[in-house]
Amino acid sequence: MAKILAVDDSASMRSMVAFTLRGAGHDVEEAENGQLAVEAAKGRKFDLVLADVNMPVMDGIAMVRELRGLAEYKGVPILMLTTESHPERKQEGKAAGATGWLVKPFDPDQLLATVGRVLG
Amino acid sequence: MAKVDLAQFHRAFFDESNEGLAAMEAALLALDAGSDDGELIHTIFRAAHSIKGGAATFGFADVAAFTHVAESLLEEVRSGRRAIDAAAVELLLRSVDVVRVMLERSAAGIAAADAESEALRSALAAMVGGAVVATVGPASAAVAGVAGWDVTFRPFDYLLKTGNEPLRMFRELTALGRLETLANLDALPSLVAMDAESAYTSWQLTLHGDIPRAKVDAVFDWVDGDCELAVTERKSASPAVSSTTPAAATPNGPRAVREVAANPDAQSIRVGTEKIDLLINMVGELVITQSMLSQFADGVDAAGLEQFRAGLAMLARNTRELQESVMGIRMLPISHVFNRFPRLVRDLSQKLDKKVSLDLRGETTELDKSVLEKIGDPLVHLVRNAIDHGFESTARRREAGKNETGTLRLEAFHRGGSIVVEVADDGAGLNREAIIGKAIERGLLSSGDGLSDDDVAELIFAPGFSTAAATTDLSGRGVGMDVVRRNVNDLGGSVAIRSVTGKGTTFTITLPLTLAIIDGLTASVAGETYIVPLVSIIESVQIQADGVKSVAGGGELFRFRDAWLPIVRIADAFGCAGSRRGIGEGIVIVVEGEGARLGLFVDELIGQQQAVVKSLEANYRRVSGISGATILADGAVALIVDIAGLVRQQSRRKAA
Amino acid sequence: MNDAANQAMDATQYLTVNLANEEYGVDILAVREIRGWTPVTRIPQAPSYVLGVLNLRGAIVPVLDLRLRFGLVREEYTATTVTVIVAVAGRNFGVVVDAVSDVVDVEAAAVRPVPDMGTAVDTEYLKGLTSVGERMVLLLDVDRLLQPQDAQMLEAALPAAADVKAVA
Repeated sequence: MAKILAVDDSASMRSMVAFTLRGAGHDVEEAENGQLAVEAAKGRKFDLVLADVNMPVMDGIAMVRELRGLAEYKGVPILMLTTESHPERKQEGKAAGATGWLVKPFDPDQLLATVGRVLG
Repeated sequence: MAKVDLAQFHRAFFDESNEGLAAMEAALLALDAGSDDGELIHTIFRAAHSIKGGAATFGFADVAAFTHVAESLLEEVRSGRRAIDAAAVELLLRSVDVVRVMLERSAAGIAAADAESEALRSALAAMVGGAVVATVGPASAAVAGVAGWDVTFRPFDYLLKTGNEPLRMFRELTALGRLETLANLDALPSLVAMDAESAYTSWQLTLHGDIPRAKVDAVFDWVDGDCELAVTERKSASPAVSSTTPAAATPNGPRAVREVAANPDAQSIRVGTEKIDLLINMVGELVITQSMLSQFADGVDAAGLEQFRAGLAMLARNTRELQESVMGIRMLPISHVFNRFPRLVRDLSQKLDKKVSLDLRGETTELDKSVLEKIGDPLVHLVRNAIDHGFESTARRREAGKNETGTLRLEAFHRGGSIVVEVADDGAGLNREAIIGKAIERGLLSSGDGLSDDDVAELIFAPGFSTAAATTDLSGRGVGMDVVRRNVNDLGGSVAIRSVTGKGTTFTITLPLTLAIIDGLTASVAGETYIVPLVSIIESVQIQADGVKSVAGGGELFRFRDAWLPIVRIADAFGCAGSRRGIGEGIVIVVEGEGARLGLFVDELIGQQQAVVKSLEANYRRVSGISGATILADGAVALIVDIAGLVRQQSRRKAA
Repeated sequence: MNDAANQAMDATQYLTVNLANEEYGVDILAVREIRGWTPVTRIPQAPSYVLGVLNLRGAIVPVLDLRLRFGLVREEYTATTVTVIVAVAGRNFGVVVDAVSDVVDVEAAAVRPVPDMGTAVDTEYLKGLTSVGERMVLLLDVDRLLQPQDAQMLEAALPAAADVKAVA
C-alpha cells in the first residue's frame, strides 16, 4: 500500500509503529533520528512520514524543515508525534511545515485511524 | 486484521529505558561534579521524555505518571526557568533509582508504585511549584440535534505544501454525513501564472446530518491557522447546492526514484543472545571438524599431501579468526559494569561520612557478556566492603598522616588468557588480630600461631565470616566474602587477597576471557580422558616415589618450589577403575585455584587442545569436581576438571 | 463429532521396545531418535544405571541402562541393542534396551492400570498396561526414568549446600 517512514529514537516505539502499519499492509522504513530520516527520504519517495519531536542529532521540527526543503517532499504528509504536555510543539511543527500530529500516547488503532485519514 | 499485541514490544522498552536511565545518571553525576556542558540537560530530558512516552503507550501508567513529574522539572531547567541545583540533582538521582525499580516491577507484572515512589513524586511536584496542568481534551458539548453544518473553507495559498489536502478532508466529512460542495474558482489565476503547489480554490460546504460540532472541527484540526474557516449550524433545509468537483491542485507527479548513495555510519542492531549462542555453537563444531581433519591428515601418506596440509593450515587460520570474531560479538567493555560505581561510591561515602575518590582504569577491557553480567554483584560487594571497612575515618587518616581522601582503584586488564580485575584501597588494611580472634571464636582455628599474613587474609573467605561489630546494612545482609568467592568460582575464575597493615588491601579477581572455549591439557587416567584447563596449570612434573611424604589420613604431599603441596589422584577423585599406580609411574600436574595449589596425579599427558565447553547440566546435572564436558576429535566425550572444586574438596578433607 | 473421529483423537502412538522378554511402550512424542549402541564416557558419582554420557550432535546427553534402572541384571550388548533418545521437559537422555519393535496405536480406553504383582518392573515407572493383538505392552512413564531418586544424587546436585555443611 503506502510507503511510510517512521522516525523515533525509541526503538520500542518505532517497532510498535512499524509493526502496526506493516500489519495493515504498508511498507515501513525506520529511522532513529531526524538526520537519518532525511537521508532515507532522499533515497526514496515516501507517501507519509511519522516523526517524534524529541530526538538526538536532529529533532523532529528541524527534520520537517529539511524535508520541506526537498522538492519531492513539498506536499507529502508529515505527522509529528507530540505529547499532551507540550501543545506548543504542535504549533512549532506546523510552522516548520508539518501536516498535522498524533498525540502520545496512542494505541495501534488510533495510529491506524490517523494514518488512514491522511492517506485517504 | 488481528489486534496488535503490545506485549511484544515490552522488552525493547525496558531495555532502552534502562539504557536511558544509565545515561541520565551519568549526566546527572557530571552536572553534580560541576560540568557546564549544555548538552547534558537535553540528554537527561530526552531520556525522561522517552521513558514517559513509552510507559504511557505500553500501558505502564504508574511509571508514566512518575516520569511525567520528573520531566516537568527537567522542562523548567531546559527552558531556563530554573537553574539546576544540588537539591534538584539529588531528587533526580533518586528518581532514577525509583524508576529502575518501577520498571523491574512492571516487567514482573506487579504494581509499580509504592509509598517511596509516591513520596518522591510529591517531592518532585513540590519543587516544580505550580501544579502541572494536563491539557484538557476538547469538551464535547452536548448539542441538541442539528440539521447539519454550513462550512466556508478557504485554504491559504501554502496549505498544500503542508501536505494537507482539501480532498482528503472532504472525504472525512463525507464519512460523517452527506456532503455537498461548491467550489469557488474566482481566485484562480491564468495557467501561466499558476503555481502548481499553491491553493487558489475556496469552497462552500454543506454537511447534512445530526453531527456533533466537535467532529466537524476535528477534520480541520490540523489546518487551524492555515485557512479561513467558518462553521455555522444549519437550522433548516437549504435549497440544494449543485456539487461541483473541486479542482484541487495536486502536488507534483511521481519522480524517478534516486539511487541510494548514502552509506550510513556504523549503526548497531540488537541481536538476540540465542542467535549468538547458536553461532558460537556452530563455530565450536567447526573447531572440532577442523581438528578431526587435521588428525586424519596425519595418517595419510600420498603425493599432494603438502597441498592438503597447506589447505588445512589455512582452514585452521580461518577457523581461528572466525572464532575470535564470533567470540568478539559477545564481548563487551567492562565499563558496562564499572559505570555503576561512580554513583555507588558517591552515595556510600556520603552516607558513611568518608571521603573516597574513585580511580577507574581499563574500562575498555572487554569480556564475555555472560561473565560481565555476573561479575557485577561480587564487585559491588568488594567496593562496599572497602568503603565500609577498608577506609578509615577522615580523622584517623589525618592522624596517620594520610591524605584525608582515600583512593579506591578499580582496574581491569588482560593477562595471559584471562581478565584481571583489581579492587584496591589505600585504607587500613586487614586487621590481623581481629580476624584471628573471629576465626577462633567461630571455631575455624585454635590459635593464630604460625599463620602467614596471606593465610590470615584467606580466612575472611570462610562462610559466615564477618568482623564488623554490627553487620551494617551496606555490606552485611548475610552476604559474605564466601559468596563473592563462590560467584567468581562459578564463572571459572578465582579471587585472591593481599593486604598490608596501615597501607591498604587489594582484591584480585581473575576470570576466563570466555566461558565457551578453553585451552586444555589432555590427560589420560585409567584409560579415560580428562581435560585440565591450561589457565590453572603452573607446571607438569614427574616425581620419584621417594619424593612423596605421607601424612595421617592417607594424604600424600610432594615438594614443589619450596612448598609441600597435596596430591590429588584423579583416579580416586573420580572413582576410576583399575589398580593403583605408584607416583613415579605417572605425571603430576601442578595447578592453582582459589589461592591454593595442588598436584593432580594422572597416568600420562596426551596433548594440548582447544576444548569447546559443553554443559553437563543441560541434560543431566552438575557433577562435583567436573566443570563441563567437551567433544574430542574422534567424537568421544571427555570431562573437564573443575580445579576450584577440587581445591575446595581438598581443603575440606584437610579440615576434617 | 462422530465416534470414530473421537476415538482417533484419543489414541496415542507408542514405540514398542523389548527388554528382558517383556515389551514396553514409549510415547512416540517423547522419542527423538533411535541409535545403535555406542560407547559412552563414564561420569563420576553417577548411579549404577547411568552408564555415562554420549555426544548427540554436539550436546552432552546421559545414557541409562533400562535393565539396571529397573533393578534387573545387566546383559551383554548385542548387535540389536539400541539406544532410544528421549526428550522430557527439555532434557534429552538415552535409554538402552534390547531391541525395538514397531509403533502401535493405543486408545486411551484400552489402557488398564498395572496390577501390583506380575511384572518385573517397579510399577512406579509404568503408566499402564495394554494389549496389542496378543501382545501385552507395558507403557513406560518416561518422566520418571531420570529423576533424582536417591539422596546421593540430590546432595551432589547441590554442591553449595554441601560446602556450607562441611565447614560449619
